[in-house]
Amino acid sequence: MQHNESDSQRPGEAGQAVASGALRELWTNLLSTPQQFFESAVRHGRPTSDRAASQAVFNNVFLHILPTRINRHALHVRTTFGLGVITLVLFFLLVVTGVALMVYYKPSTAQAYDSMKEIHYIVPTGRFMRNIHRWSAHAMVLAVILHMARAFYTAAYKGPRRFNWVIGMILFVLTLMLSFTGYLLPWDQLAYWAVTIGSEIAESPRELTDALGVTSWFDIGGLIKRLMLGANQVGEEALIRFYVLHVVVLPVVMCIFLVVHFWRIRKDGGLAKPPESGPPESTDHESGQQSAESGEPGAAAQAAALESPPGAVGSAKTYGLMAVVRGRTPAVDRSMAHTVPTWPNAIYAIAALSMMTFFVILCLAHCFDAPLKEHANPAVPENPAKAPWYFLGLQELVSYSAFMGGVGIPTIVVLGLMLVPYLDREKENSGVWFSGRRGRRVCLLTALMTTCSVVGILAFTINFGWLRSWFPNIPQLMITLVNPGTVLLALFMGWSFAVTKQTNSTRMGALAVFTCFLVAFAILTYFATVYRGPNWGFYWSHSDWPVH
Amino acid sequence: MSTDLKSTPRFQQPQERRDFLGLAAAWSAIATVFLALLGALRLPAPWAFPESSRRVKLGPVSAFKGISITPEPKERLWVFSDDKGLYVISAVCTHLGCVVAKQEDGSFFCPCHGSRFDTEGKVTKGPAPKPLLHLELSVSADGQLVVDHDKEVGSDVRLKV
Repeated sequence: MQHNESDSQRPGEAGQAVASGALRELWTNLLSTPQQFFESAVRHGRPTSDRAASQAVFNNVFLHILPTRINRHALHVRTTFGLGVITLVLFFLLVVTGVALMVYYKPSTAQAYDSMKEIHYIVPTGRFMRNIHRWSAHAMVLAVILHMARAFYTAAYKGPRRFNWVIGMILFVLTLMLSFTGYLLPWDQLAYWAVTIGSEIAESPRELTDALGVTSWFDIGGLIKRLMLGANQVGEEALIRFYVLHVVVLPVVMCIFLVVHFWRIRKDGGLAKPPESGPPESTDHESGQQSAESGEPGAAAQAAALESPPGAVGSAKTYGLMAVVRGRTPAVDRSMAHTVPTWPNAIYAIAALSMMTFFVILCLAHCFDAPLKEHANPAVPENPAKAPWYFLGLQELVSYSAFMGGVGIPTIVVLGLMLVPYLDREKENSGVWFSGRRGRRVCLLTALMTTCSVVGILAFTINFGWLRSWFPNIPQLMITLVNPGTVLLALFMGWSFAVTKQTNSTRMGALAVFTCFLVAFAILTYFATVYRGPNWGFYWSHSDWPVH
Repeated sequence: MSTDLKSTPRFQQPQERRDFLGLAAAWSAIATVFLALLGALRLPAPWAFPESSRRVKLGPVSAFKGISITPEPKERLWVFSDDKGLYVISAVCTHLGCVVAKQEDGSFFCPCHGSRFDTEGKVTKGPAPKPLLHLELSVSADGQLVVDHDKEVGSDVRLKV
């Protein structure tokens, strides 16, 4: 390059006027500094050639989470609907607006509510920031659930991605915990009664230990409650604890698991995809276990992309170290077919998704204010006291049994979903929605069955009550074990086993169990949002609510 | 290739002593970290509680004479007075800690999850696992009625005055 000529001249070498030569050089250097500075930061030129485009991704610490070439299938809208990227963008939005809000928020019961009012009415852009933060939080919960459904229905939890599914479940739980700890901070009526109910749910294992008569020496519920509240009553200590969890502990843990989540996607060969959009899946026989390693451009393929001209077919490379390492090697592509350069294809797709997400959230934040209720009043709860939408399904279950609805069933569902990849090891059809026509039929039937059974049991409970209405002296243990929530759970389990047996396929059973949980969650959430009124009674419409 | 590797000396060493020492080291490390974490977990479990005493004066006993029901919203309870004496029913729902409201007919309902209790606090409907608590009453030296939120008594216990 031309501007490098001046670098090679040494001062005084030509024997001319030393001072003027050095000065001239200084001047030329100064003139070329902007370009030099740019080139010292970005070592390759503009990403105009495929090679430079590869380097643009490979040499950038932020972009190299992506491969230099990416499978075409991964960029189709219908492959992922961009849900993972949207979730990540929302998380960034939450971090940025969250830090901004921390500047004014004061975590004390005396000042928290006032600081919310200050943020809303006085702080420049404070109201907008809080709105963005709140709507991003809601959107993130939704995006995480949809992302989870996408991963499940395209069988992206299989083969090498099994562990990443578990990480994903952990991230889901962390998202919910962040939401919960977040809406406590304003210290309004919602916050106060949510902490109260949350800590009592944590204490609800007593329902079980009381029934067994062991609470006096094994009080796990009381211990968790005291750990949460730092006291026996909801107050200052509880608020500080939730604040620490919300702004430090949970985000840091979240970041760690996010990094692992992304790293695993790369190491597991990118997004799950059907066999026809790539080379045949290799099988690992060494551990006597079948695994669906997909051959997509992995870590080593990157290097191949750099060393061989892009588009070269059949870059069969072996890597010395990997021959010694036992077990699975990172998925290495055997051909470059079906791939396109990440820059600009994937980068532009991600940028477009980010812009879209920003647009939607900013519109929401501009048009709708985040809710803030009255100041916390320990003497009178709201009536009805409803949690945010994503917990309303749980609130419905909790209204049958505190322990089962708040602890038992959520734990069983989360652990059950984590276990799915280890129980369903069929390796066909990864990356195909619903695993084809049969799966679609199973999902449809399951959705129908779940809708009927959930609506049925809700209608039954509203009209005829439950065990205690018929046997007033029934022991609590019976209600804890047999209530609408556990009946549904047992029904879903039975249905999934039946589907597994009928179709002779664990994948179909997995589709059935996931569809059961997803549809039941949706219906319970909708039901509790729309039809529950004062005293948690059933009302067809908001206008039927009694006046008081 | 793997057979070649396995025939090299590195893969054929006698393993027993190495295993014992290695396992001992690994398990000591794991135990140390585990116990250290357990110790660190003691920090958030409070030894001293910040609350003030849960024994509260409700006012002079004479104020609760006759057949009466006195709500004490700040203390979340009702003081009942019948022909046998005084008793107190806590307004904190035994389900998940919401404050129950009293209806015209003397029964109680909980606004959060729909539990219902009869006039004595016994569960009639809903998810509450236990009846509403009856709290211990006493009279202090200066003639004030004292309730202890931490002491539960039977539903038939009355304070004679």
